[in-house]
Amino acid sequence: MSMNEQEFRQEVAGWMATHLTGRFACLKHRGGPGDEEAYPALRKEWEQELAAGGWVGLGWPKAHGGRDLPLALQLAFHEEYVRAGGPGRIGHIGETLMAPTLIALGTPAQQARFLPGIREGHEYWAQGYSEPGAGSDLAAITTRCWQDEDGRWRLQGQKVWTSLAHESDWVFVIARSTPGSVGREGLSFLLVPLDQPGVDIHPIRQMTGEAEFNSVFFDGAVTEADCIIGKPGEGWKVAMALLGFERGVSTLGQQMHFIHELKLVVDVARGNGAARDPAIRQRIADAWVGLQGLRYNGLRMLEEDTGSTTVRPEALIYKYAWSNWHRELGQLAMDVIGVAGDVRSHDDAVRRLQQVFFFSRADTIYAGTNEIQLNIIAERGLGMPRA
Amino acid sequence: MSLTLSDEQRALQETAADFLAAHTNARKEADADAELWSRIVELGWAAVQVPEDFDGLGLGAVELALLMEEMGRRLARTPFLANVVLAQTALLQVGTAEAQQGALAALAYGERTATLILGPGLDAEPASLSVKARRDGEGWVLAGEAAQVLDDGLLTHAYVAARIEEAPGVALFELAADAAGLTRTPLDVFDLTRPQARWTFADVRVGAEARVDDPARVLAGLARTRVLAALQLAAEQVGGAAQCLQLAVDYTKERVQFGKPVASFQAVKHRVAEMMVCMETARSTVRGVAARVAQGVQGNGLDEAALAAEVAAARVQATEAYRYCAQEAIQLHGGVGFTWEYDPQLHFKRAHWASQWFGPTRDWREALAAHLLDAA
Ligand SMILES: Cc1cc2nc3c(=O)[nH]c(=O)nc-3n(C[C@H](O)[C@H](O)[C@H](O)COP(=O)(O)OP(=O)(O)OC[C@H]3O[C@@H](n4cnc5c(N)ncnc54)[C@H](O)[C@@H]3O)c2cc1C
Repeated sequence: MSMNEQEFRQEVAGWMATHLTGRFACLKHRGGPGDEEAYPALRKEWEQELAAGGWVGLGWPKAHGGRDLPLALQLAFHEEYVRAGGPGRIGHIGETLMAPTLIALGTPAQQARFLPGIREGHEYWAQGYSEPGAGSDLAAITTRCWQDEDGRWRLQGQKVWTSLAHESDWVFVIARSTPGSVGREGLSFLLVPLDQPGVDIHPIRQMTGEAEFNSVFFDGAVTEADCIIGKPGEGWKVAMALLGFERGVSTLGQQMHFIHELKLVVDVARGNGAARDPAIRQRIADAWVGLQGLRYNGLRMLEEDTGSTTVRPEALIYKYAWSNWHRELGQLAMDVIGVAGDVRSHDDAVRRLQQVFFFSRADTIYAGTNEIQLNIIAERGLGMPRA
Repeated sequence: MSLTLSDEQRALQETAADFLAAHTNARKEADADAELWSRIVELGWAAVQVPEDFDGLGLGAVELALLMEEMGRRLARTPFLANVVLAQTALLQVGTAEAQQGALAALAYGERTATLILGPGLDAEPASLSVKARRDGEGWVLAGEAAQVLDDGLLTHAYVAARIEEAPGVALFELAADAAGLTRTPLDVFDLTRPQARWTFADVRVGAEARVDDPARVLAGLARTRVLAALQLAAEQVGGAAQCLQLAVDYTKERVQFGKPVASFQAVKHRVAEMMVCMETARSTVRGVAARVAQGVQGNGLDEAALAAEVAAARVQATEAYRYCAQEAIQLHGGVGFTWEYDPQLHFKRAHWASQWFGPTRDWREALAAHLLDAA
């Protein structure tokens, strides 16, 4: 397919302009981390609308119902989507984590069973890794799983911080299938339906006031014999492969949100006079400088030969860099807003910045805390010895 | 635009890294390393950005940045910054076709070695220029003093931006470094790898042909020269930061305390990881902006405001990264890090030098803030 990027951008922008209207108009700039409680049902319908427009699975192979678009066009889509105020994607765990894992490691039957639901916006996924006793030390998980005589899998245990489980149909879980095993051995990667008697979901209220994550209890929960990716005992490998997809194109899409947020900070500063404060000016400049670093680092990360086995420093540092930049932006935003920041705002721009301030506290915790990121950078990137 | 290096670019980078590792001695206590400089010229590095029309290699900002990064890593003490990054760039940006024809090849192949004189710390603002030129018959007379000039003793020429009475208020003059009336007094600098001198112009007389600028381009061209040179300085800073990180990693892996390498302590690991984050971020930005500049040269040119903003980002990141990495390299070496013997102090001094010349980061940030906040 030869498609000119400019035409493609126009196509996306045109589609957004004609579809993000009417009953969907209220979704503009809504949803996403820190705002997941905004219109969840309508956002699922929006996912279906996107699917009907052919905008889901842009990078997936055609054989799996994707469009196999080159990186530049996928990026262009994300940019135009955010520019048009496209809402936070409630289906992102399915589209950007589960689907690539299924495509890379799933059986043809699993692909045929699960990919259409993800692409069409009918089935939503949650990620069941963390447990009360296994956070940074993920390999410490104790949730057990075993097979009944008919081959069906059963689970016993508890997951925690499971984002969007209450809005999901399925959860992928790593659980201990070899009794008595420790660490990375003896784990299996299971796909488990959430709507069943053996599963109990309890929302957990976050510091933002919303409840976007949950405790998920498995008490003899069941899933079919073929709902396992990889072989029993290979769960760690699959779980890590899935995390590898976290650094995909969607990461660069996220930068468009950052650009938008910084623009909101600039608007507020110009509006309330903070733009005249020399210290604030220096910090706003710094935020922009940091954003260029993320942008060029992100491009370097996506461009480099992904097949190469050498350590890629720009990929190693990326999570630490963006999460700390974002946290700092949240602080800057509130310093710009001033006293009024303490009151929940109805102004769309200010409300968004208040969310950034609070939610960005989580950015440096999930997907590997700051401290774990620095350990990884030092050990893998610089060969510093383990203690 | 692509950040991926081509095979040729990678080869240039590797050659530069190997060559400089073998031939640079940052601690030689002489003004300049004449031998290193002549070998660099032989390798063709001084011809990198000179267009093919002037017998140069016709490459651009990306290749130059790769070389600067490697030179920064080794603290190579040569007139490369003065001659290539400053003098050549100024001539390319503001010189008349005739002046370019006359001098670019000479600057590229070692027949001439020049520096550039602007305001203090290479400020390009007309008001900051401290040398004045007045007409004298057909020619000109230059008077005034440039307090700190990049001058390592190997110079044969200088390009001097001087204030003039008539429009546009500034002109660029080319003169010999031993011109009558010119006194060069070496300064007692902390960063010995970057020698400086005070240049006093006691009515230095030059002919009409010494004025080399195109008056229509001189103001914008000098401003652009400073911006393009600041990007290359940022590349040099990244190289220095990378070396500080390397030194810290190597030393802490070797040094044993409490029965283990100090590199295994988490406080140490986190410090080097932070160094890597800021250094690699700056490297990404420098490479990316250099690629944009190169693309701009091939295409229709990058708009001045956008160019200045992008370079500001590179400049701020590289300055902070180098300062941080140099400071932490000393800290992580313990007592030996404070000695003359060990390299971290050399980088610490260079990092400080680089943080002040071309304007401090607060000025780059303020310029950016004006761009972001004050537009109508
Ligand atoms: C908003 C949000 C959404 C999340 N969504 C999901 C989800 O959908 N699915 C899921 O499975 N998980 C999810 N998580 C969980 C997340 O992955 C964990 O919180 C994270 O891995 C940290 O684990 P922990 O909370 O147990 O902290 P701990 O591991 O207990 O860490 C506590 C502190 O100790 C530090 N620390 C721990 N180990 C080390 C070490 N070796 N060296 C130095 N310092 C150390 C940590 O950095 C941290 O500062 C989510 C978390 C948040 C905040």
